[in-house]
Amino acid sequence: MNAENEHSDNQRDPTRRTFIEAAVLISGAAITTPVLEAQTEQALPGLRRFSLTINQVRHDLDLEPKVTLLDLLRERLQLTGTKKGCDHGQCGACTVIADGERIVSCLALAVCYEGVDIVTIEGLERGGQLHPMQAAFLEQDGFQCGFCTPGQICSAIAMLGEAKKGMPSAVAHSVSPAEPVELTEPEIRERMSGNICRCGAYPNIVAAIRATERS
Amino acid sequence: MNTFNYNQALTVDDALASVYAHPDAKYLGGGTNLIDLMKMGVEHPTALVDVTRLPLTRIEEYWGGLRLGAMARNSAVAIHALVRRRYPVLAQALLAGASPQIRNMATVAGNLLQRTRCYYFYDPSYRECNKRNPGSGCAALTGNNRIHSVLGGSDHCIATHPSDMAVALTALGATVQVKDANEERSIPIADFYRMPGNTPHIETSLKAEELITSVDLPAPPGGTAHYLKVRDRNSFAFALVSVAAIVELDDRKRIRSARVALGGVAPMPWRSLEAEQVLTGGEPTEATYRKAADILMQDAKPLRFNGFKVELARRGIVRALTTAAELN
Repeated sequence: MNAENEHSDNQRDPTRRTFIEAAVLISGAAITTPVLEAQTEQALPGLRRFSLTINQVRHDLDLEPKVTLLDLLRERLQLTGTKKGCDHGQCGACTVIADGERIVSCLALAVCYEGVDIVTIEGLERGGQLHPMQAAFLEQDGFQCGFCTPGQICSAIAMLGEAKKGMPSAVAHSVSPAEPVELTEPEIRERMSGNICRCGAYPNIVAAIRATERS
Repeated sequence: MNTFNYNQALTVDDALASVYAHPDAKYLGGGTNLIDLMKMGVEHPTALVDVTRLPLTRIEEYWGGLRLGAMARNSAVAIHALVRRRYPVLAQALLAGASPQIRNMATVAGNLLQRTRCYYFYDPSYRECNKRNPGSGCAALTGNNRIHSVLGGSDHCIATHPSDMAVALTALGATVQVKDANEERSIPIADFYRMPGNTPHIETSLKAEELITSVDLPAPPGGTAHYLKVRDRNSFAFALVSVAAIVELDDRKRIRSARVALGGVAPMPWRSLEAEQVLTGGEPTEATYRKAADILMQDAKPLRFNGFKVELARRGIVRALTTAAELN
């Protein structure tokens, strides 16, 4: 299945997002095709053919190795839920989940992730139902402008997975394996410090994470 | 970013062959620093050899100590039960570094080889940087040098080494295992980094094609440990000063042995055996710790904006030793 087929499967209602995605798809095709499509393979030596699994869909790609996972998602696959904030690994807006672990997609070369299962904000819903973390962000008003939100949500989901595995933190009383992980507010804040929110919605982000953890 | 040739190596021999085949090739680990430097135009390798798929991710017991595979992720080391039980200062240092996302990507070897975050090194619009552009001068000497070295700097470079992990490894006396086409060798961490002198662009004792295969920890030292990191914000920031302290008390509550390594103040993790000798046999008191701190900082050469680091480091040393000793 190619990216375009996958995209049309998801267009269930004419929301603002799908309108924007469709618009980007059209303009994106015009803009990105000369750079990325296989027809320029001759002009760009070192184009690489590989496949990536994103939100359980396999994508066969011809890409320059220098394309980051973030640029692939946004510019080529129209998965624009993942945001480009700083593009230097400092803000966390581009956080996605790779084999269950959160990473910053801006510092990841797409080509390095062949065989790795990538999940983005678009891949969290199940059968039209929001992921509990998405629902909790709505319920707890865990955002203002919303730009950092996809990264916050992906990060928070993976963070709960880390805590379940017993990952210690810099604010833990001790790093001893005997020390249980307790997700207090300072613990959540430390564990979410890779995601910056310029609106300062932190109290409600923490509340959304605590609500999800309890449920 | 420049275009480059990409090869994902599956064996160490394959990785070495790829690097020998391309004169400007670089090994690529998690990419959290190298990809950023390429975006900034600081690094422009003609080829990247991805070494993350090499079978070098294991963390295992080794000769009474622990062998950390060069490609083990920082988060995998920090969560490992043997690291947390026997080398807590290493887990603490790793958890004090970067963000969770970056720790999931960054490797042990990449952490060691990350470059300085000196503003002038990181921004090619400044022509003067002897690391980036040898012979061009050092903009930090007369510029904003608040985050720079107070120890070990030269007239050519005053950048600090940014790693927290390397500070803990220095206190623990780790060795770095490396391999090229001709030989395998072990480099004690104390000999791994080079002082800047008049060649600040040469940062380690690695040869051009050498690949780090593991970092080996000797049997854990006795006593208890603490990693203290002082920075401009509470999380996800580089150290202004950091201290890895390990203290062992004897039956009479005197110091049997102690180790102290500093980060954020020098071009490499900073350790003073003289200071540790002063601690040995002493009372675990502020006065003893202060004496060690004075020795560690005695050669400090503060610049216009970083003078605060000298007293900050002294107090950090006292506090880290106090905290470590109280865990005994």
